[in-house]
Amino acid sequence: MFGLERKDTTLFLVVIAMTMLAPFLLNPFPQGSAMAQFNAGYPDLMQRFVIFGIFAIGFNILFGLTGYLSFGHAAFLGVGSYAAVWMFKLLSYNIVPALILSVIVASLFALVIGYVSLRRSGIYFSILTLAFAQMSFALAYSVFTPLTNGETGLQVYTSDPQYLLGNGPNVTHLFGLEMRSTTTLHLGNWSFDFGVGYYFCAIIMLISFYVAIRIFRSPFGMMLRAIKSNQTRMNYTGLNKRPYTLAAFVISGMYAGLAGGLLACMDPLAGAERMQWTASGEVVIMTILGGAGTLIGPILGAGFIKYFENIFSKINDGVLHSWFSWLPDGIENFVVKVLAPFFGEGWSLSMGLMFMLVVIFLPGGLVEGGRRIGAMFGRGKADPAPAPKPAE
Amino acid sequence: MDALILQFLNGLDKGSAYALIALGLTLIFGTLGVVNFAHGALFMIGAFCAVTLSKIFALSHTTIDPEKLDFLGNPAKIQSPYLVEWFGPNVGAAMIDWAVPLAILFAIPVMIAIGFIMERGLIKHFYKRPHADQILVTFGLAIVLQEVIKYFYGANPIPTPAPEMFRGSIDFGVLIGFDPNAIIYPAWRLVYFLFSCLIIAAVFAFLQFTTFGMVVRAGMADRETVGILGIDIDKRFTIMFGIAAAVAGLAGVMYTPINSPNYHMGMDFLVLSFVVVVVGGMGSLPGAVLSGFLLGIVQSFASMNEVKSLLPGIDQIIIYLIAIIVILTRPRGLMGRKGVMEE
Repeated sequence: MFGLERKDTTLFLVVIAMTMLAPFLLNPFPQGSAMAQFNAGYPDLMQRFVIFGIFAIGFNILFGLTGYLSFGHAAFLGVGSYAAVWMFKLLSYNIVPALILSVIVASLFALVIGYVSLRRSGIYFSILTLAFAQMSFALAYSVFTPLTNGETGLQVYTSDPQYLLGNGPNVTHLFGLEMRSTTTLHLGNWSFDFGVGYYFCAIIMLISFYVAIRIFRSPFGMMLRAIKSNQTRMNYTGLNKRPYTLAAFVISGMYAGLAGGLLACMDPLAGAERMQWTASGEVVIMTILGGAGTLIGPILGAGFIKYFENIFSKINDGVLHSWFSWLPDGIENFVVKVLAPFFGEGWSLSMGLMFMLVVIFLPGGLVEGGRRIGAMFGRGKADPAPAPKPAE
Repeated sequence: MDALILQFLNGLDKGSAYALIALGLTLIFGTLGVVNFAHGALFMIGAFCAVTLSKIFALSHTTIDPEKLDFLGNPAKIQSPYLVEWFGPNVGAAMIDWAVPLAILFAIPVMIAIGFIMERGLIKHFYKRPHADQILVTFGLAIVLQEVIKYFYGANPIPTPAPEMFRGSIDFGVLIGFDPNAIIYPAWRLVYFLFSCLIIAAVFAFLQFTTFGMVVRAGMADRETVGILGIDIDKRFTIMFGIAAAVAGLAGVMYTPINSPNYHMGMDFLVLSFVVVVVGGMGSLPGAVLSGFLLGIVQSFASMNEVKSLLPGIDQIIIYLIAIIVILTRPRGLMGRKGVMEE
């Protein structure tokens, strides 16, 4: 089906089912129960899952296939957001031109940066992309303030021209379908929110995921993998690797621009902090955590990190106390004191630790972890795929 | 002319910090071949050693003096630090005042210990892994270290003043024959520059004039042969890792009066110091020092108003611009050796 192999078709169908049913799957606990805080089924958060999923899928096309570790991908995300907000300011709140422009701008940006950065590989490539991203970040704050509105961030004002606005709605919409609108379904104690914005992002994510599968399985994808496994041999065979790596770089920049544009479509704001190098580090963490070089890994990683960021960070001392209230008082206080640094404000500590553990023990990320567990119970295949190794 | 000299001096103190961090990074890269993204975190931990020591020194107990009243009319509370009680008002107060320089003595063993633990516990297992893995694991470690510091010290910068006698500015212009008040320069920044020169000289002398340093240099050139000669080179490289951590830590200790330390100062410096290392040439110690000072000075010249009016925003990006040009035209950096980290 869809021109895919059977295994990929199954995977694709599973992902479709998961994203379409996400409002149910992510809301397993009834409202008002003690576990309700673990529910992630509200549109705002689900949108972020899929948008950062797109970002990570794109990053994986570059890092997972060619092994080039870019530390400046957030620049494309930020540029995409700026482009989208400019479209809202100039034309109307319709998101189609905004998304188109954000992809185009990000791809041009990626073409320039990629053309220069890909002249070097290894750590020099990482430093070059990092330098370009930091430059864009610094310039967005200083020289380009007319374009970026500096520290305030770019947003739409009523005084903006919006030439095509007419009688259209005053919020982001797709030909009249407002992104913000939600329908709520009540079933007993449960309530499920279906947001238009979420489903729109989810469909875009599925399309990008499908494209990514096709790229992975195409001759072009094979070529990228060959570059990762042995560049010297590629050179001796007489193949010029530059057009391939540049194409991969531009494609992953377009994915990042699309993600940035979607972020702006859900909330018409754009700020320079989206371009900072720590934001680039975040997408690296997502991809590695999920499993670089695998199809589903980046989406899992993005969902995992965003879930942690939003749900883990809400668990404060009071919640911890209520969990361990069955313990004797002294032990309860001790346990809470030990655990408190890892929850609430300290969620990034847990994230850093988890990331380190994954890099040390599970270079293939969550996907490899799942495969190993599967193999342990004898269901999986006896020979797990060798851990993907980024090229030098 | 005096404006130029002032910018030059401004560049020196920033350059000293870059040079010290880059020196440590290069020591680790040159000896162990590890790309250490946690080096900025070591710089930050050094700064927090100074914060910790000045907090310990300031520990005091409160007594209520019924004779005096504070401005609200309540009996005044008098804070009397233990140090003053133990060592008398002169020595005790001087120790509290000199907490930051004294923190050097405190930081050296702490940083060397942290370096040992890091190398033996984590980095050792990554020698054979690709550079990308090393970057990732040390990046994770940097996040963890910075979050631990944030947990214990909070998110706000903690002001840690220099000793009383260095707090003001000195009229540097008079010393070199300018009119008074032409070049006013904060005294502590001059101390920082001299201190970093001292540390750099000490590291180079250690490598150049001791047997230990000779073996380490031999190991940097050809690790395998040194190993075959029956020398336990790994042990010496571990010690070098400790020394590199100590260099970063001392850079952090002395930097606290210039910028109040906060938990993300390490990340702020990390990117720049990597750029410095790459510009100087991976694995070249003199290159790291040279490009540290060079980039510091260039950056401070770029932030002059005359330059900024000509090329707006140049002060923000000049370092990255130089890095891009250097990587593209001289991939080995200014003083890089042949065969180090080349494709």
